[in-house]
Amino acid sequence: MKKLLIISGVIVLIYACSGNTEKKETAENQNTVSDLFKEDSASKVLDAKGIGKFKNVEIAEKVDAAMVKQGNDIYDLKCSACHKLTKEKLVGPGWKDVTTRRKPEWIMNFATNTDEMITKDPAAQAMLEECMVRMPNQSLSDGDARHVYEFMRKNDGVK
Amino acid sequence: MKNKFGNYLMSATIVIAGSIFLNSCKPKNISSATSGDAAQKVYVAPGKYDEFYNFVSGGFSGQMAVYGLPSGRLFRVIPVFSVDPEKGYGYSEETKPMLNTSHGFIPWDDLHHLALSETDGMQDGRWVFANGNNTPRIARIDLKTFHTAEIIEIPNSAGNHSSPFITENSEYVVAGTRFSIPMDNTNGDVPINTYKQNFHGTVSFISVDKNSGEMKIAFQILLPGIDFDLARAGKGVSHGWFFFSCYNSERANTLLEVNASQKDKDFIMSINWKKAEEYWKAGRGQKRNVTYAHNVYNEKTHSATSTIEKEITMLDPKDCPDMVYFMPCPKSPHGCDTDPTGEYIVGSGKLAAIIPVFSFTKIQKAIADKNYDGEYEGIPVLKYDAVLHGEVKKPGLGPLHTEFDDKGNAYTSFFVSSEVVKWRLSDLQVLDRVPTYYSVGHLCVPGGPTRKPWGKYLIAYNKITKDRYLPTGPELCQSAQLFDISGEKMKLILDFPTIGEPHYAEAIPAELISKNSMKFYKIEDNTNPYVTKGEKNAKVERKGNEVHVYMTAIRSHFVPDNIEGVKMGDVVYFHVTNQEQDWDVPHGFAVKGANNGELLIMPGETQTLAWKPERTGIFPMYCTDFCSALHQEMQGYIRVSAAGSNVPITFSTGTNQPKATE
Repeated sequence: MKKLLIISGVIVLIYACSGNTEKKETAENQNTVSDLFKEDSASKVLDAKGIGKFKNVEIAEKVDAAMVKQGNDIYDLKCSACHKLTKEKLVGPGWKDVTTRRKPEWIMNFATNTDEMITKDPAAQAMLEECMVRMPNQSLSDGDARHVYEFMRKNDGVK
Repeated sequence: MKNKFGNYLMSATIVIAGSIFLNSCKPKNISSATSGDAAQKVYVAPGKYDEFYNFVSGGFSGQMAVYGLPSGRLFRVIPVFSVDPEKGYGYSEETKPMLNTSHGFIPWDDLHHLALSETDGMQDGRWVFANGNNTPRIARIDLKTFHTAEIIEIPNSAGNHSSPFITENSEYVVAGTRFSIPMDNTNGDVPINTYKQNFHGTVSFISVDKNSGEMKIAFQILLPGIDFDLARAGKGVSHGWFFFSCYNSERANTLLEVNASQKDKDFIMSINWKKAEEYWKAGRGQKRNVTYAHNVYNEKTHSATSTIEKEITMLDPKDCPDMVYFMPCPKSPHGCDTDPTGEYIVGSGKLAAIIPVFSFTKIQKAIADKNYDGEYEGIPVLKYDAVLHGEVKKPGLGPLHTEFDDKGNAYTSFFVSSEVVKWRLSDLQVLDRVPTYYSVGHLCVPGGPTRKPWGKYLIAYNKITKDRYLPTGPELCQSAQLFDISGEKMKLILDFPTIGEPHYAEAIPAELISKNSMKFYKIEDNTNPYVTKGEKNAKVERKGNEVHVYMTAIRSHFVPDNIEGVKMGDVVYFHVTNQEQDWDVPHGFAVKGANNGELLIMPGETQTLAWKPERTGIFPMYCTDFCSALHQEMQGYIRVSAAGSNVPITFSTGTNQPKATE
């Protein structure tokens, strides 16, 4: 990972100087010093949907027990190392009430399109400033993300 | 330096080499040797990719290096036959079986040659095979993971030099013996000077499973006690045949540099392997009792298993007519290379002043006409003139190895005169020559051994660098030199140093490999028996005097990171599972005082470090691969108590805090 940090610095410099409008994936995937210290506008975007393939996710009123079960299994394997189910911050923020803080689309986009979100989404960047550890892309499928969201809803007391 | 000379030089030629060095090896003006636009031709801008992968043997390092061309940048050193504490290879419990042999665990070997897998005579980018020279073995490296996936030991062999050359559909890789020895199933405790009675050579044909790549020794061929050096499969018209260069037809067992250089001609051996395969399938071989290890790495369990095999099938040319022929070849041939059409076989006699080029069509006619020049140890010798396409006259001193381009040209390396000579296959005319710095061994043209070389570049792998680089004490680096061969004249455009000593190498267009490169292991598919999937399953278990730690690693903490209850006399096994599921996020693991390497655990992988504490106390452990801004916080402690202690096993992360003060 040390390579990544150093390389990203180099890439950013070149990218910034090139004036090239062509998007460069390696650059996009990395956070940059300038991005990190941009003015925080996170508070304005709490109802934002984030960046990614989820534009409009339909959520039923009641939770789906089967989806909750699958979401719980994914949580145990891929999320619990950093996120508690209470409000307490571990590596990342606790999940309690996350479904009332964020739109389902934002959460699912963050879970599946992690790198681009951290680089471009103001709310995700604000979280990085707070936690100082980039959320790992844990390779969740679209279905996985939806199941985890359902598990979060259950954790937030939805029946 | 004796290593470097050992393979190639006779003392007589050292004298010649010395004088050549003085006369012609030092260019009058080094800068004049490179062309003006060289920098532009090899410049690969930061963030841009190279055009070719270059897989280069690491010689006495036992490893394989991966470079980019044309930049010469080193991407990776793949551990193959030698332990690599940096990667935990040969140190983790999972990888130790890869280096098991019939002689037990061996931490080192000498890797000389490699062969990329082929389909229809073209590189397919699936695997690369490599030989272990000292304790005869062949390894297969999976190019999805760049991991050594399999190692098979070769019985009835010593000095597995003439290996692992490959047939055009990867049907077989071969292993020919450099040293003849008494066969494994006989009593080898014989006087060395009974060589001619008791010593034999063999070549082994190792089949490669079309889908899995798994190797098996299909059959061995019993041969006279001579030395086999290099080899090449036929292709196109000569598919079904294999050619091996042979020296020491004198069958000397001492002072070979003199005693094996007596005859004007040694041999190139032609084997009709399709015929051999028929004999093998028809049961014409004899079963021989032998012992050899077959080691396979499983990418789902992240573990190797080593199986000891007990039998091979031996074909004896006496029982199998029309299978093996010798062709005279001047003197002590090294290279034995088939051109892209498969029609020409180029022999390179290390002590010869010409390069003989044999014609496959003429070989077939000579065999049909029984145009023999007698027999050697019962094997027919074809008449030199009857099989010769022609000789390249006065090419240079000490021809070693020949590669080919896509325009009907051949490139031969000259060790003694330190140069590469370009010549035309059709009329055998020398077209160009360039100096190398110094003492070139093998050459590589991208796709050079295939039916359709890519041409464009030629790389020379040098044994000696002398004054080419900043000095580093008595031991200097070896090097590669890149030439642009797209025009009529070869142009030197780059020098770059290599690891170990480079012998053979192959280059392949990058996209044939990069598109299949694995990014991480899916943790759901991890079936290591000691995997920990999710922190909730992390635990520490005592089994007698073994303590098993089922540990997770994720940015940036271990679970558990406080462990107590280990006692003197215990062996602690840290089974660390990297929970990450993203590219380029390995975690490392090390414990103070462990007489072992580190672990380097890829995302989704489980690896195990064994540690036998030799004193009581507190032992720190930490992540060695910078993983996040809080990498320096990724650490923990393990407590070791006296043998009779009653400290119970406990483990935790984040809870083992001091008691709150009243």
